[in-house]
Amino acid sequence: MSVQPSPTLFMAAAAAPSDGVILARRLLRLRSPRGGMWARAARRVLRAPGGGGRGFASKAGGGGVSAGGEAAPQERGRVPGDVIEHLERLALVDFGSREAVARLEKAVAFADRLRAVDTDGVQPMESVLEDRCLYLRPDNVVEGNCAEELLQNAHRVMEEYFVAPPGTRFPKFNKLSHSKLKI
Amino acid sequence: MLGRTLREVSVALKQGQITPTELCQECLSLIKKTKFLNAYITVSEEVALKQAEESEERYKKGYVPPYNATVVQKLLDQGALLMGKTNLDEFAMGSGSTDGVFGPVKNPWSYSKQYREKKKQKPHGENEDTNWLITGGSSGGSAAAVSAFTCFAALGSDTGGSTRNPAALCGVVGLKPTYGLVSRHGLIPLVNSMDVPGILTRCVDDAATVLGVLAGHDCKDSTTVQDPVKSFILPSLTDVSKLCIGIPKEYLVPELSSEVQSLWSKAAKLFESEGAKVIEVSLPHTSYSIVCYHVLCTSEVASNMARFDGLEYGHRCDINVSTEAMYAATRREGFNDVVRGRILSGNFFLLKENYENYFIKAQKVRRLIANDFVNVFNSGVDVLLTPTTLSEAVPYVEFIKEDNRTRSAQGDIFTQAVNMAGLPAVSVPMALSNQGLPIGLQFIGRAFCDQQLLTVAKWFEKQVQFPIIQLQEIMGDCSSVFENDLASVSLKQ
Repeated sequence: MSVQPSPTLFMAAAAAPSDGVILARRLLRLRSPRGGMWARAARRVLRAPGGGGRGFASKAGGGGVSAGGEAAPQERGRVPGDVIEHLERLALVDFGSREAVARLEKAVAFADRLRAVDTDGVQPMESVLEDRCLYLRPDNVVEGNCAEELLQNAHRVMEEYFVAPPGTRFPKFNKLSHSKLKI
Repeated sequence: MLGRTLREVSVALKQGQITPTELCQECLSLIKKTKFLNAYITVSEEVALKQAEESEERYKKGYVPPYNATVVQKLLDQGALLMGKTNLDEFAMGSGSTDGVFGPVKNPWSYSKQYREKKKQKPHGENEDTNWLITGGSSGGSAAAVSAFTCFAALGSDTGGSTRNPAALCGVVGLKPTYGLVSRHGLIPLVNSMDVPGILTRCVDDAATVLGVLAGHDCKDSTTVQDPVKSFILPSLTDVSKLCIGIPKEYLVPELSSEVQSLWSKAAKLFESEGAKVIEVSLPHTSYSIVCYHVLCTSEVASNMARFDGLEYGHRCDINVSTEAMYAATRREGFNDVVRGRILSGNFFLLKENYENYFIKAQKVRRLIANDFVNVFNSGVDVLLTPTTLSEAVPYVEFIKEDNRTRSAQGDIFTQAVNMAGLPAVSVPMALSNQGLPIGLQFIGRAFCDQQLLTVAKWFEKQVQFPIIQLQEIMGDCSSVFENDLASVSLKQ
């Protein structure tokens, strides 16, 4: 079932200016130097049904499409630097150290074991109670009026408002990645 | 300060410009100086100072919940006394109760006569406290509290085994009810589709009693089922010949300690010798279960932890440059490495390019795992019998040699599949290891058949007669608690 591209086929695809341009660019962004890894990545790209047409540039702001490569990081491979930055942005939590990035890579490698499971035709399961109805309450106000209690737990309040600093200037975390991405 | 308005002084108190006690004393001293005005007929000095102290505590503590969780409220409504809040791994992430901001929890069995005798150590010895054992986690504080007789029952949470794991290592009963039976309102969510409040007690009957109080639909938690639930008294089974016990063969992993394995065998033989049908069954996707759990857990965590931004509650840093900078710094200061690691992993799996291959894939594998259980129960099995943990409790210094994710993967190995399938499960202490430490076994039941599950567990508990922990040496004059006739009374029922 899986397509096994020979190195020549792969190189041909990369070289073709029209059809292979998106494929080549995507593959170029994958940082792994080893031939084996490239071939595996190529197989993933070729196998994925919706693989084409993924945006190349990353947009600023939340929800932007990541250019970290359509294929997930290879086993024991590095997570690309721009993905690291993107994750820090999305999570608003910084990695803080090389070890943390290494831990992520191990976590991803661990998760990669799922690929071995055949899930053709299997529906994703969101809840174990999927066979039951979710009942809604009647839309009546039965409680509330507790603004005081809720405000008490906040560090900074002004009258009945939670106070936040202004603006959306994104913080620059200590650079661990080598991205040329502009946010 | 006394000339300011109420709002202004409130801000000053919050910012720490003045403490409640200082303010109170200023008022009191001015009252004394203006006594000639005859404005006061009584000055409640002690009361005011006491209240000022209480107010200071509130400012120090940070977060004070403005409401009780449903499970807590239900217990309070039945007259329970809240002894306190117990320690845990931060945000319930961990299987050792070693990664909390209040420090690690020590297993009471580290100080038991049974363990110390085996180690040929003197019972007393503060300076010998370097090799204490972990409780397991993440609800280790609750397990230790119950194990050390400081309370009769404790609540924990169970997302991947966090109640059953420490129960097994601390020699107490740890119950994970069916998902949807007990309200999660007020339980800080980790994985919304798997979390349940857990119950820890010293015997199965007590767990059933607490479950009877807690179970039932809660309109504040839409994932609780509407089926009517009434509290029950567990029957004392005498005849197990109609029972069918399943032993999942995939749970016999190489890492399982030989002691736990032999106790597991012994338990199976016990059921067989009393007439029950004991068969080997297969849960084919077991080896992928922990991986699937890892993906789903980190993904849901990434979403659930987003609410902790320092704005409405909790820790907040001092940075004021921008909203996002404040969020980022607050979260860096407020979360430990484990939590941050999971958030980042989760966000990775939820990225657009990874969503299908990781998150959706894991959801599909989850269905396969849940179906494995359904198939086994449909084939006539009533209850599954498995180990709860790979081994007995280990010393803290050993445990911390590996990182949290590795330890969690090991600690949760027998327990997390149950959470993915939403089934009820209970860990029951069986016997002491060669080192004098508790080993527990896990029973897994059909969904919403918690009563049947506990009935079987109660029979088993009676058969094995797990020994009482002997903590006399460190308990001093509370020795009357441990007299044997007290223990035999509670078991006679």
